Amino acid sequence: MSAPVLAVDGLTVEFRTALGTVRAVDDLSFTIGEGETVAIVGESGSGKSTVALALLRLVPDPPGRIVAGRVRLDRQDLLTLDDAEIRKVRGRRMAMIFQDPMMALNPVYTVERQIGEVLRLHLGLPRQQVFDQVVELLRLVGVPAPEDRARQYPHNLSGGMRQRVMIAMALACKPRLLIADEPTTALDVTVQAQVLELIQELKSRLGMAVLLITHDLSIVAETAHRVIVMYTGRKVEEGATAEIFADPRHPYTGGLLGAAKWEENEGNELREIPGAVPSPFDMPRGCSFAPRCAVALARCREHAPALADVAPGRPVRCFVAQEAAR
Amino acid sequence: MRGLSTLWMRFRRNRGAVAGAVTLGLVVAAALVGPLLYPVDPFDMVGQPAQPPSASFLLGTDVAGRDILAGILNGARISLLIGVLASLAATVVGVAFGALAGYYGGWVDDVLMRVTEFFLTIPSFVLAVVVVAIFQPSVVTVTAAIAVVSWPSVARLARGEFIAQRGRDYVQGCRAIGMPDWEIILLQIMPNALPPVIVVSSLMVATAILTESGLSFLGLGDPNLVSWGYMIGVARTVLRTSWWMSAIPGAMILVTVLAINLVGEGLNDALNPKLRKR
Amino acid sequence: MRQASLLFLVRRLLQIVPVVLAIVALNFFLLRMAPGDVADILAGQMGHATAEFTQQLRQEFGLDRPLYQQFFIYMGKLLTFDLGVSHLQQTPVIVLILDRLPATLILMLTSVVLAVALGVVLGVAAARREGTIADSLISVLALVVYATPAFWLGLMLIVLFSIKLDILPSGGMIQIGAGLKGAAYALDVAWHLILPAATLALFYVAIYTRLMRASMLEVYGLDFIVTARAKGLSETAIAWTHALRNALLPVVTLAGVQFGHLLGGSILVETVFGWPGLGRLVFDALLQRDLNLLLGILFVSSAVVVSANLVVDLIYGLLDPRIVHK
Repeated sequence: MSAPVLAVDGLTVEFRTALGTVRAVDDLSFTIGEGETVAIVGESGSGKSTVALALLRLVPDPPGRIVAGRVRLDRQDLLTLDDAEIRKVRGRRMAMIFQDPMMALNPVYTVERQIGEVLRLHLGLPRQQVFDQVVELLRLVGVPAPEDRARQYPHNLSGGMRQRVMIAMALACKPRLLIADEPTTALDVTVQAQVLELIQELKSRLGMAVLLITHDLSIVAETAHRVIVMYTGRKVEEGATAEIFADPRHPYTGGLLGAAKWEENEGNELREIPGAVPSPFDMPRGCSFAPRCAVALARCREHAPALADVAPGRPVRCFVAQEAAR
Repeated sequence: MRGLSTLWMRFRRNRGAVAGAVTLGLVVAAALVGPLLYPVDPFDMVGQPAQPPSASFLLGTDVAGRDILAGILNGARISLLIGVLASLAATVVGVAFGALAGYYGGWVDDVLMRVTEFFLTIPSFVLAVVVVAIFQPSVVTVTAAIAVVSWPSVARLARGEFIAQRGRDYVQGCRAIGMPDWEIILLQIMPNALPPVIVVSSLMVATAILTESGLSFLGLGDPNLVSWGYMIGVARTVLRTSWWMSAIPGAMILVTVLAINLVGEGLNDALNPKLRKR
Repeated sequence: MRQASLLFLVRRLLQIVPVVLAIVALNFFLLRMAPGDVADILAGQMGHATAEFTQQLRQEFGLDRPLYQQFFIYMGKLLTFDLGVSHLQQTPVIVLILDRLPATLILMLTSVVLAVALGVVLGVAAARREGTIADSLISVLALVVYATPAFWLGLMLIVLFSIKLDILPSGGMIQIGAGLKGAAYALDVAWHLILPAATLALFYVAIYTRLMRASMLEVYGLDFIVTARAKGLSETAIAWTHALRNALLPVVTLAGVQFGHLLGGSILVETVFGWPGLGRLVFDALLQRDLNLLLGILFVSSAVVVSANLVVDLIYGLLDPRIVHK
């Protein structure tokens, strides 16, 4: 097998706050292969968005710091690059789209200016070619009347159009990896599907890898090849999407799936997993999920489980699941 | 009471604010007891004119042989008095305007805010100069002139607070039980709307002192009283030979205004801890 | 689009009318409130304050008519920009004012430009170095300058630069008797402008520095800054393009509002530096209790302020495309 596009190894991110140091991402490892879509799923507070920022080295410092691990993009370690070098990676070889396209676009610049900026910066495109290229990109992401749209400002566009603009911006330099952090959360349901479809289609057309970060398992099913479930900064389960859906091993994954199904059936946002993510300042001694877990054993409250394969390619961080597999 | 003690706790943690409070305390003390402990008439000619600071005259004498230290101590009284009185007057008028406009809304709001905006449009120092010039300079006219140019900003702020409060449940409740408007305004909403107003008013004392010094520098101070601005105006004629004569009163203004600003900001941060930048 | 702007301009100009009327009313009101009238003062100055002579003067100035008639006459005259006559100088007020206005405008405009430019640069520098010694130093300096009386600062600058160092002129607008023409004249004025403009500007530099710093820090917390970083832009580029343009809005607003205050400050600064502008005219009018002239100056300065606000509205529209002039 060829080398993965992205290889993350033992990534650990800490935040120093007045109340103490918090580990937002703890010893996280995963890979994404050529043309593959991997999803990181978890509730808010699981550290998934910090992962996205950490890959691009955009964790605000202070208070945040990447304290350990390696992030390799096409075998190049990103964490050892100097500032100028990492800037050449950002937006060119690894690009990102965000949750709320209204907030993520600068309100005082035109669409052309904001997309064109990337083209000028990374590809050194002369001014005259920038406009044509921007129009081309807008056409690629399915923005109608791209010549007109290019001259408009973000507030002139609908939410879906804005997200398409964001995608066009991210794809301007045909990156190797696209990180999509909750790309559809802020959008209408009908637009959500269109945007996901677009990302999928562009992925195969440009041959890039995609890291999809979401709290919503339902959008994962049709898009991702593999799913990583995160809880309190740690990976608790990983597997091929079909397997995860058919046979979730970690109780948290099961809970998320239950919640997802529940949402589908009832159209309600009520969470099915009881309780809430524990405060990072008040982590349980044992398994961090134990207080909310229906099947927790006495030992789950005392000791934190390690990640262990319960089947080939199915690491799970749960005593109960590991016990059952034995 | 609990609220006040946490306020004090937060205030105390702000080093600048504490330094400002101490400095301001010294200036206030100088104004209150200074002229009693150092009973020299600031208008008396006590020695040779334009003496630099020495043992007999700690801060020297001015162009007419008057004791500068006596002037500084008496000037502190005038500056603080006018500063505080003008801010108080501006606060009362501004809060009255803002409260009525914010509470009633509609045409009351329209009319009152038009008036406020109008006063914001007129260059404030020019208006103050004209008012004092027309009514002859005295403590009262100077105070009034400064109040006249200062109240609009208070009115705007108070209006905003009242608009924010008037929709709250407790106000609705008061209305429902038939409480008269004046009681709701004064006893119910006012205590909630006042903290930000207090911050702005305390900062306004500093601006008022600056304005007063400017007026008396132009010769628009009370002719019977010595003020810092007046002393600078007098000393200006001998700037070339005796620069310290202007420097001393100006430094006093600077220190006093800086101290008030530090205290005001400390108050602001203590009242709105969330707004503080890290 | 252009038509909308034009409409907006017309509407704004129409809005000025009530302001002008209110100022006229205030002027008139203040005039009537003054103890004694011009006739008294003038007669006193001329040394024959007999009742007949005073009455004769009143008749001449129209002060013997009923109040409402005086009001309408005053208003009628204003429509033709007739601000009355300075009875002491025997010259129309408008002539006296227009003679001095250019000098004041040069001083004010230079100061505004200086204050905004320096304030923006220092504010951005402080915000980018938040929490460092440089940031603290800038903030403390701003606080001190903010507490300094401008006229005193001017005197101290004269002491330093004119008396001790002897490198800048201590007053006036031109070198008397040099008879300079053209570029040499302009240069001479600029040379004389340095100290007064710096004096007038410094207080506002302090204000804008503080405001700009706060505004930049707020903008730095917005999502599109993360987007800009993810695009690979350098921190310098982000500060001066994406952040600056958004952070500038409150500063521009304040600069417009404070243009009027600047006029007040220029009275003091012009007095200190013997700058032959409106401020000096105010001072002279004060000494001579020439109320007609004082009120005329109040009127013209309000007009200047209203125009400045209009200009700011237009600049605002250029800076922020979201603002549509309705």
